[in-house]
Amino acid sequence: MPKRFYTETHEWVALDGEVATIGITDYAQAKLGDVVFLDLPQPGRELAAGEVLGAVESVKAASDIYTPVAGTVVEVNQDLTSAPEKVNQDPYGDGWLVKLRVAGALPELLDEERYGALIREAEA
Amino acid sequence: MTEALLFEKTQPDLAGPRLPAAGVDADLGLPQHLLRRRPPELPRLSEPTIMRHYSRLASMNFSISEEFYPLGSCTMKYNPVANEWAARLEGFVSLHPYQDEESMQGALELLWRLERALCAIVGVDRMTLQPAAGAHGEWTALRMIQAYHRERGEDRDEVIVPDSAHGTNPASATLCGYRVVEVRSGTDGRVDVGDLESKLSPRVAALMLTNPNTLGLFERQIVEMAEMVHATGAKLYYDGANLNALMGICRPGDMGFDAVHLNLHKTFTTPHGGGGPGAGPVGVKADLVPYLPRPTVERQDGRFRLDYDRPRSIGRVRSFYGNFGVLVRAFAYILAMGGDGLTQASRDAVLAANYLRRQVAGPLEVPHPGPCMHEFVASATTLAQGGVRATDLAKGLLERGFYAPTVYFPLIVPEAVMVEPTETETRATLDAFAAAVREIVDLAHRDPEQLHRAPTRLPVGRLDEVAAARHPVLRWRPPDDR
Repeated sequence: MPKRFYTETHEWVALDGEVATIGITDYAQAKLGDVVFLDLPQPGRELAAGEVLGAVESVKAASDIYTPVAGTVVEVNQDLTSAPEKVNQDPYGDGWLVKLRVAGALPELLDEERYGALIREAEA
Repeated sequence: MTEALLFEKTQPDLAGPRLPAAGVDADLGLPQHLLRRRPPELPRLSEPTIMRHYSRLASMNFSISEEFYPLGSCTMKYNPVANEWAARLEGFVSLHPYQDEESMQGALELLWRLERALCAIVGVDRMTLQPAAGAHGEWTALRMIQAYHRERGEDRDEVIVPDSAHGTNPASATLCGYRVVEVRSGTDGRVDVGDLESKLSPRVAALMLTNPNTLGLFERQIVEMAEMVHATGAKLYYDGANLNALMGICRPGDMGFDAVHLNLHKTFTTPHGGGGPGAGPVGVKADLVPYLPRPTVERQDGRFRLDYDRPRSIGRVRSFYGNFGVLVRAFAYILAMGGDGLTQASRDAVLAANYLRRQVAGPLEVPHPGPCMHEFVASATTLAQGGVRATDLAKGLLERGFYAPTVYFPLIVPEAVMVEPTETETRATLDAFAAAVREIVDLAHRDPEQLHRAPTRLPVGRLDEVAAARHPVLRWRPPDDR
């Protein structure tokens, strides 16, 4: 499993060659509560880093999801249409959201340690 | 307690409703495949059965007419009965919108006077009364701002909204084709002016704000923010959701707002939602006036007329002249209250919110320092140890005869509980609500299970919100078709 990096807006990204898998973090799914709907982009869509990739809707709230890296959408997790609860059950595995073919240089992202510190600070 | 649907109560041996003759020629020349081949399967019931059905449904309903309704951000104040008297005046109810102007001078005068009154309250030059609800007003205002910039050859594609904004703000901006840019709140709950500065650019068409904001806090740096926004050529938009705190005390127009929408069903005591319809008038400063929806109502030589000759108008946004019956109610309220009365209403709304805030601030956490304006946001995170969340607190309040406050909004406060008591409640009601909150908080520490089960004494118990959202059943089907 490639190393995960994180954003301040609670997305994760894992790079495998030039394909980036993106999801929301365990902290994000816990805060959102039961996910009931995901609005995800069509394959082929080009996104700039930090752009809104889609939205995640829980019983409590709807939140935008931002792409941590720039690229073109190559695959969307179709299973989530009928089973959005996978985002809660396995946010770093079966609950992944989209795969992008990465374009351009990678922006600065948080590693496990720095993201963990961010959450501890938010919870303090 | 449940109530079967009329379709489920049907008794095939009864005759069912006797409908009047259609009154039109049955042969309309419609294509054969569009014609009904057999009669519709309407329920067959006796008239008393139908009457009892609706009476029982009404008794299960919960409304401001029965109990306290402190739904934050919604200004659920009492709707005076006098408004209903005014709206049912024969001259208003018998009007037809296709009548000629000369025969509806009274109605036009009401629209003209209501526009003047609302303009005076918020400090703008002109107003349209057409929009049918708040979000419709937001959209109408943004369309005017868009027309203003386009006429100047400016291509602006961004709208800034705070992270505490009502969801309708980004939705309206998106619907108008703008890209939404979020501005952060600072630790004091107000817009982070430094962050705003970094997001302003010639691409920005407008900043959308409520003031007081969603946390019930006054944006003290509003004049400075208005100057920053105007310096880039953008417009400042006022979401009127929270106007109830300010009537007669200060005016959005004087703070620098260029476009202002109002919710007559919040601030001006007309019914909400299902009891509506609503009305979301939009007021603008002089440079946006040419873009107002048409027709406008004008006074000329003591007569009132509809002005359609407005070439730069964004067009009509609602059939006829808006939800006229709602406008009558709002006008009746304004006349009954007068300027001093409206000012007192706002003062009392702020007083009630601060009184309740102090009462609730012990048992619950209130994260932002007061005093607040017309509403406040508490947090149920302190109950998390026993596994009790804002939802459970809300259900516990329902059990105790209160409508639940707004929960999980705004998003920037975890386990948010947003309370807006309004000026129309007595101190005894506020005390009873605070006592219920204390009782629930005590229960959260002592017997959280009881709260998880709540409500148990209402027509329906704890609903499975997750299942309802994931597998919505949107259409009733007969038992043999499920």
